[in-house]
Amino acid sequence: MTSDLLLIAALDGIAYAALVFLVAVGLTLIFGVLRVLNIAHGSFYALGAYVAASLGIGIAASKISPWLSYPALAVAAAIVGIVVGSAIERLLLQRIYDKEEVLQLLVTFAAFMILDNAQRLIWGVQPYFVATPLQLLGNVQIGGITYTVYQIIVLPAVALLVLAGMRLFLRRTVSGRVILAVAEDREAARAIGINVPRVYLWTFVIGSILASLGGSLASPTTSILPGMGTDMLVLSFAVAASAGLGRIEGAAITALLIGLGRSAAVYWAPELDVLVPYLIMTLVLLVKPQGLFGTLQARRI
Amino acid sequence: MRKTFAIAVAAALLGITPSGFAADKPAELKIGITTFSSGPASVFGVPGKAAAELLIDEWNKTGGIGGVPVRLFFVDEGAGTQALLAEYRRLVQEEKVAVMFASISSGNCQAVAPLAEDLKVLNYMWDCGTQRILEEGKFRYVYRPQSYGTPEMLSTVLYMLRKKPDLKTIAVVNQDYAWGRDSWQLFSTALKALKPDVKVVAELFPKLGAADFSTEISRLQALRPDVVLSTSWGGDLDTLVRQANQRGLMNQSLFVLPLAESSLERLGSDMPEGVIVGARGNNYFLNPEYKDKPEFKAFVDAFQKKTGAYPIYPVFHMAQSLSALRNAYEKAIKANGGQWPSHEQVADATKGVTAEAYSRPIMIREDGQGLADQLLGVSKRDPKYKFAIMDDMAVYPADKISTPVGKISIEWLKTIEPSMLNLQVSTFKHAM
Repeated sequence: MTSDLLLIAALDGIAYAALVFLVAVGLTLIFGVLRVLNIAHGSFYALGAYVAASLGIGIAASKISPWLSYPALAVAAAIVGIVVGSAIERLLLQRIYDKEEVLQLLVTFAAFMILDNAQRLIWGVQPYFVATPLQLLGNVQIGGITYTVYQIIVLPAVALLVLAGMRLFLRRTVSGRVILAVAEDREAARAIGINVPRVYLWTFVIGSILASLGGSLASPTTSILPGMGTDMLVLSFAVAASAGLGRIEGAAITALLIGLGRSAAVYWAPELDVLVPYLIMTLVLLVKPQGLFGTLQARRI
Repeated sequence: MRKTFAIAVAAALLGITPSGFAADKPAELKIGITTFSSGPASVFGVPGKAAAELLIDEWNKTGGIGGVPVRLFFVDEGAGTQALLAEYRRLVQEEKVAVMFASISSGNCQAVAPLAEDLKVLNYMWDCGTQRILEEGKFRYVYRPQSYGTPEMLSTVLYMLRKKPDLKTIAVVNQDYAWGRDSWQLFSTALKALKPDVKVVAELFPKLGAADFSTEISRLQALRPDVVLSTSWGGDLDTLVRQANQRGLMNQSLFVLPLAESSLERLGSDMPEGVIVGARGNNYFLNPEYKDKPEFKAFVDAFQKKTGAYPIYPVFHMAQSLSALRNAYEKAIKANGGQWPSHEQVADATKGVTAEAYSRPIMIREDGQGLADQLLGVSKRDPKYKFAIMDDMAVYPADKISTPVGKISIEWLKTIEPSMLNLQVSTFKHAM
């Protein structure tokens, strides 16, 4: 019985970790390259969900194939990441890269508040729910428990794809290596002719697309409502900090750790459910202040 | 006799009438309303606000309250309790509002009640449900002209046992904050008194605003309880119902959802049939005793025209508080010989006033608590609506299931007898 329960708890934890990973990896990528802790990241999660829901409602109303709701999830993420992401990078962040960190935090926080209210303006306060993609795939029985195929297979698969894709992109392609070079040493990268502002823009857009993808993929499973970005933001901070800011594989492992920890808590210590991500973060940071996979920063001066 | 005469003369010389403290009729009656315009609880706050605007617009066309037009001020509870208290003070001291309606959140009600007493401003707790404030403190200025936790939970237990008398196991999935915890304490205490052999197999308190209940649902599928109770609301409840329904949990366990009336329309076809639904009082847009009355129909239509949605319980709560206020003013004006009453006179007049607004009348007791009868039902489909409606309804009389004045709910609930299960209730079928 206990091993059954372990399996059940693990499956729930993995599905949850997949979403957290997508959001956290975008946050950690942006921090690794731009050195800006982007509070507005949570808004991209929420916007991705809202746009995906709107597209989903449109598809349902127009009576074309419901399977189109799948590409719609990706389209929603791309739209939000490219349009809103590049606007924020160009109009806001570019002006503050050489400013103090506190100011950067405040500016991205302001952007978060503005985007949060913009959502309320556009979509109102009543929750949305568009579960077409999830309903299309139906359920599967594992160990006497009914799961949705979407949560148990699609979400983890997408997360794995993103993880593998990111690794490949950063290690094997020129654009990826350019990004890594900028992350390693901005000045040296500039000196060898890399267009740093453009790398910043691209990195920010990619990071934003990942957060929006997290939101659009979450949208079929949950109610979309004002304030939904905040929780995910805090959680992805916990993941990114425990992993070591800027570490992509680290984010995957920590997300998994937090996902499994949380679902184990629901089974064996429900009272700790809410606390688990932060307990894990605290423990990790006590032992390794740089995060699980963080490295000591070389002093630049 | 001579003394009375002397006082009357003195009073006349001073320019005051014998009945004393009549204030001048103000140019407008200002009411401050705290409500959620932001955050997850705006699912209640925004309809509640719309209800206040709708009713006051209507009333102002026919002379407002006691011939004085009403002006509303709104404060967002979503900004947090400290901001709310500051704004509350400002409205009372600078805008000089005569009455405050605060709040939706029980936590905010708890913070606001002593402040109202300090500022000597009449405060109607228009939507919060905690039983604590009026049981643990004594107030002159604080009233609640609507339903509250104890009769809501007790009626839910009674209705659940009526529908499922052989209940053996129960699990709870409530939001992890004051209401989720308090409502479970009330519910489980009542259940223990009425049917002590029921076993609680899981107590889950996911955090307020949780986006995902997958793990909770898996665990409940493994436990197979007879009943799953959740006093959750808003997006949390919608998500729980949808995820549980999608995964077949709602076929396996009977769901008991005392606040689900406020989610029915949003849930649409995702709310299955056979779920126990409560309405925090006698609040339902198809209220079997009122739905055919012209003024009820007119209100539902007007609200739908204004907002595009059917009224839900916070809309009725707002109407109940406004009705209680109007009746309290009319009573105080009458007692004051037709003169405009002081704040104290209106506050004192609220005792014993009855709110009559699109539900069974709600009498306000001497401890400030309104007695609202409780309507519960079972979800059912009707092709006339795109969402589930209620069938097999029962209305529980508030005076039989509310904590007596001066008693503490949790203590009182321990003393109730299983004979309460035979309580006479009115029952109604949904008219297809």
